[in-house]
Amino acid sequence: MKTVRSMVLVSSDPVSMERGAQAVHDGLLREIEAFGLSNEIDVMLVGDLGRHDALPFVVVYPEAVVYGPVTPADVHFLVEEHLYKGRVATSLQAAKRELTGRIAWLNARKGTLPAEQRIVLERAGVIDPESIEDAIAHDGYQALGKALTEMKPADVIAVLEQSGLQGRGGAGFPAGLKWKFVSKAPGTKKYVICNADESEPGTFKDRLVLEGDPHAIVEALALAAYAVGADEGYIYIRGEYELAQQRVKKAIDQAREMSLLGKGIFGTDFNFDLHVHSGAGAYICGEETALIESIEGKRGEPRARPPYPTTNGLWGKPTLVNNVETLANVPAILRNGAAWYRKFGTPKSPGTKVYTILGNVNVTGVIEVPMGITLREVIAIYAKDMKNGATFKLAQTGGSSGSVIPASLQDTPMDFESFGKAGVSLGSGALLICDENTCVVDLARVLLNFFKNESCGKCTPCRVGTHRAYDTLTKISEGQGTPGDIEQLLMLCDGLVKMSNCGLGQTAAVPIKDILKHFRAEVDAHINLKVCPAGVCSMVVEEAELA
Amino acid sequence: MTVAVKNGKDAMQVVRTAVVHHGATRDELIPILTDINHELGYIPHEAVDEVSRLIGMPKSQLYSVASFYDMLSLKPRGRHVIKFCENAPCHVVGGRQVWQALHDALHVKPGETTPDGRFTLLTTSCIGVCAVGPVVVIDDDVHGNVEPEQVAEILARYE
Repeated sequence: MKTVRSMVLVSSDPVSMERGAQAVHDGLLREIEAFGLSNEIDVMLVGDLGRHDALPFVVVYPEAVVYGPVTPADVHFLVEEHLYKGRVATSLQAAKRELTGRIAWLNARKGTLPAEQRIVLERAGVIDPESIEDAIAHDGYQALGKALTEMKPADVIAVLEQSGLQGRGGAGFPAGLKWKFVSKAPGTKKYVICNADESEPGTFKDRLVLEGDPHAIVEALALAAYAVGADEGYIYIRGEYELAQQRVKKAIDQAREMSLLGKGIFGTDFNFDLHVHSGAGAYICGEETALIESIEGKRGEPRARPPYPTTNGLWGKPTLVNNVETLANVPAILRNGAAWYRKFGTPKSPGTKVYTILGNVNVTGVIEVPMGITLREVIAIYAKDMKNGATFKLAQTGGSSGSVIPASLQDTPMDFESFGKAGVSLGSGALLICDENTCVVDLARVLLNFFKNESCGKCTPCRVGTHRAYDTLTKISEGQGTPGDIEQLLMLCDGLVKMSNCGLGQTAAVPIKDILKHFRAEVDAHINLKVCPAGVCSMVVEEAELA
Repeated sequence: MTVAVKNGKDAMQVVRTAVVHHGATRDELIPILTDINHELGYIPHEAVDEVSRLIGMPKSQLYSVASFYDMLSLKPRGRHVIKFCENAPCHVVGGRQVWQALHDALHVKPGETTPDGRFTLLTTSCIGVCAVGPVVVIDDDVHGNVEPEQVAEILARYE
């Protein structure tokens, strides 16, 4: 297969064709050849793109810039600017589309293009992430200006509450409510923190925001600080994300230079400044109280709760901690209003969700789609089906702390409410899609290996329980399982869930419980028949301990 | 105190530079230790002593922090540090075979350094490049979509 730098799509529905789409297409081919770019760029007519307000459209990927209406006379300029010089030809861009919710989105998807709805990643990949001018030209800091000059802090929180935005770190806690708690907490010194310690295996959505649109987070934290009454903030970025750290630091410097951070922002009496704090390799620091401990220069061990960070956080002060994706929604919500945001997703889980698609599928990567899409749709439309025509067996959602979802749940809408009802968790948005060559015992063993390594060791149920569960799963995978192993695993799960101090230990039990619930026969085969039905487990004790 | 030279650098000078750069306060401890680890390849005991003296914190607390985080090491490491991602997303797309190939090539267990001091082999949790698993990180280079047959060729690039 040829690898191309850009793909140029031309709409070719009947109206587009009538308005000269074919001539635009042919013109693109001629101009691209004239600039010597034929080997790098693919041009194609793609049918109905699902929107009809400025036909014909020309869409340039991977930046996903939409131009329209494009006439043959525009083609030379477009090719020269965008494809040759690498700048968005803004004068030809189509007006920003206002979708009307999931219905319109479904309609759009009927075209040959897998439509996405980008709010969180709207600017990522479109703007130069190291240019504040680019961010501002694409509505950056508009919401902050509007909030500081036209809205009271309570109004900002009210809009967020009306929007129904839920925390995107995994738990789905209503963001507006959290902001309200911090704003009502007594005290004059408060902090806002962006949790960018994205360490959930299989999750890298936050990295794309930090690397592709760091100003979104700077703006969102300033908005949060204004709303809750804070004057200082931290972005805690995991140590492995070096590029993200560089870009965020640069964004902060640029914002300071333009007085969008610092004293008297937008000529008001609002002061706010931001620090970047790097993690040093510890999954547990994604837990908000462990993260706070880490910023204070200590071991990242979660605190006992309550009290919660909303009243006793960093240095004992009221502290707002939000995930990157949650925050990245905020400027768009304030710019466009709560009603606009509610057009996307489902009534109880509004908005979009960014997913990372991984595993045994043809196309892996990141998508942002409205809440409520199903796993079947993700696999068919975005992942372009299972690799080698294999059968979908299970998906592991939300990184290690999510759920193991059997094929029978692939038509359950992925939103907080429907997943909650089905007893599974959406988690961080990682979708690890596995085929029939995946063994559930092996998978659970790998997951428990992760938990035992990342357990901070503070509380005994988690420190010991994860090791014991791992040992038992390893024993089963080596053909040494004995009757009673399953009961022991269930007992360990019970202890992990009921007695662990924080979410790490509690969620370590989830994959075990899930495989015993949905794939009990496969586990039994390992123990009773000494057979691994998927043919993955060695079923013999290996000399060298693997992973 | 004797002048300790690590990794060709004066360890005390590295410590002082890091403390001055970040400030001698407890909340800067992790950035300070990260800098030292980056410069010297690990955090030698002399460096812990010096940080303790400069920011006025008990050594026990410094060891408590330094031993907690994966990116900080209290032991010397090889010239090149290999980090193999052992999490589920890499595992289900062939990670296990890549690990076996690494093991066959180096003959060391996780956490160990080859006798010639060339490689230290570590396992790591997810580093967020899962779309191109299995992933092996060597020093600052991320190698994605690694096949077991490529392991020898990749290792040969690091002297």
